[in-house]
Amino acid sequence: MKPSRFRYFLARNVDEAVQLLGEQGEEARVLAGGQSLMPLMNMRLARPSALIDLNEINSLAYVHPWDGGLALGAMTRDADLERAALAAERMPLIVEATRHVGHPAIRNRSTIGGSIAHADPAAEIPAVILALDAELEVRSVSGSRIIAAKDFFQGPFQTSLAPGEILTEVRIPGLPSRSGSAFLEFARREGDYALAGVAAIVTLDEDGTITSARLGLCSVDQTPVRPTSVESLLKGKRPERDAWKAAAEAVSASLNEPPSDIHGSADYRRHLAGVMTERALALAAERAERNR
Amino acid sequence: MEDEFIPVRISVNGVTHRLFLESRRTLLDVLREDMGMTGTNAGCEHGSCGACTVLFDGKSVRSCLMLAVQANNHEIMTVEGLAHGGEMHPLQQAFWEKQGLQCGFCTPGFLMTAYELLQQNPDPSEEEIRYALSGNTCRCTGYQHIVEAIRSAAQSMQQQAAVTAPSETTV
Repeated sequence: MKPSRFRYFLARNVDEAVQLLGEQGEEARVLAGGQSLMPLMNMRLARPSALIDLNEINSLAYVHPWDGGLALGAMTRDADLERAALAAERMPLIVEATRHVGHPAIRNRSTIGGSIAHADPAAEIPAVILALDAELEVRSVSGSRIIAAKDFFQGPFQTSLAPGEILTEVRIPGLPSRSGSAFLEFARREGDYALAGVAAIVTLDEDGTITSARLGLCSVDQTPVRPTSVESLLKGKRPERDAWKAAAEAVSASLNEPPSDIHGSADYRRHLAGVMTERALALAAERAERNR
Repeated sequence: MEDEFIPVRISVNGVTHRLFLESRRTLLDVLREDMGMTGTNAGCEHGSCGACTVLFDGKSVRSCLMLAVQANNHEIMTVEGLAHGGEMHPLQQAFWEKQGLQCGFCTPGFLMTAYELLQQNPDPSEEEIRYALSGNTCRCTGYQHIVEAIRSAAQSMQQQAAVTAPSETTV
């Protein structure tokens, strides 16, 4: 249970970090909060040749207003995001989901950027930023580019980050007025990865009809899932039980092949995904009605 | 690849340690093996059990999920830092009185987690205590007595604070 040897570099700023990552080649890894990478290294499932440590780059840890929503520095720790007043005011969904990431001692280290770049299909934050239509700023020695969340997650632990690129900022556009959101998950124990988790955002018009519904699911496929066909079913419907039921059935039917393991069979996860969808949509709509 | 040794300065319980460390060593192993502080226990070594919890700049962390070189110029507090002058910390006293342990292996992790909780929330409800403890595993007690011990410590710490506060204001 000890990591294999690696070269260690403490980056003082982003320029230095991308420089080092470029120099150290494809076997090098970026060390963010380390709450996923370190267990993998302790078990030697990951054996990076070099680590570029971002933990002392304080300029990458912030919660700023952006486009009615938020711009989050990639090294913002989950515990800080959980307590950020601006995040609670503008994007309660991300705060609600962050409270499901591991345990308090994990969240004291874990970062939003690390969670996204690690791209664990069971992780909450990737599903949430997918539902929120976030955009991701990535940097390398050759400059920066923006990747939409929907193009970022390519497979289990696989992203569209190119070699030498570091995720630096997560930008979440603001929600329209009369929107409500909810994140719900079902896990065996507090802090465990969910068997199924759902982020829902519902927007209503003046007479209370659904103008848009967005969903993001974790733990039910090889990547976080955005069931857009189900979202379009809800458009123009009244925010009532029948609509949620139909959406839940459509979500269950739309899933490819949920993982099956000792914690839950594929069928059970498919069922749970529906139940969590129904509840998350109902709660999000209830909150939207209060946000008049 | 050759071993690479990095000079570090780490403060543990107020004492500064200067060491040359191989980068791949965890904070947990350096505390136990290089500094001889075996109060922090090595349980699962992959962040699941919480036995190795210490405070890093005042915040609880898994010491098995940090490299020791990352503690350079930072402050660590371990379970050895709780007692002062041979007198147990109110949390330790409460774990003793309420029998908040059986084998004791997980206890240092629980104490450090509870220490952080009471710093942030001096009067937690039972639910808040249980939520805070969710990342620490105990295979003996069933948690009941641990929760009671933390409730009891919270009360005695608040009483102590109430006793000392007025005298401070009169000085």
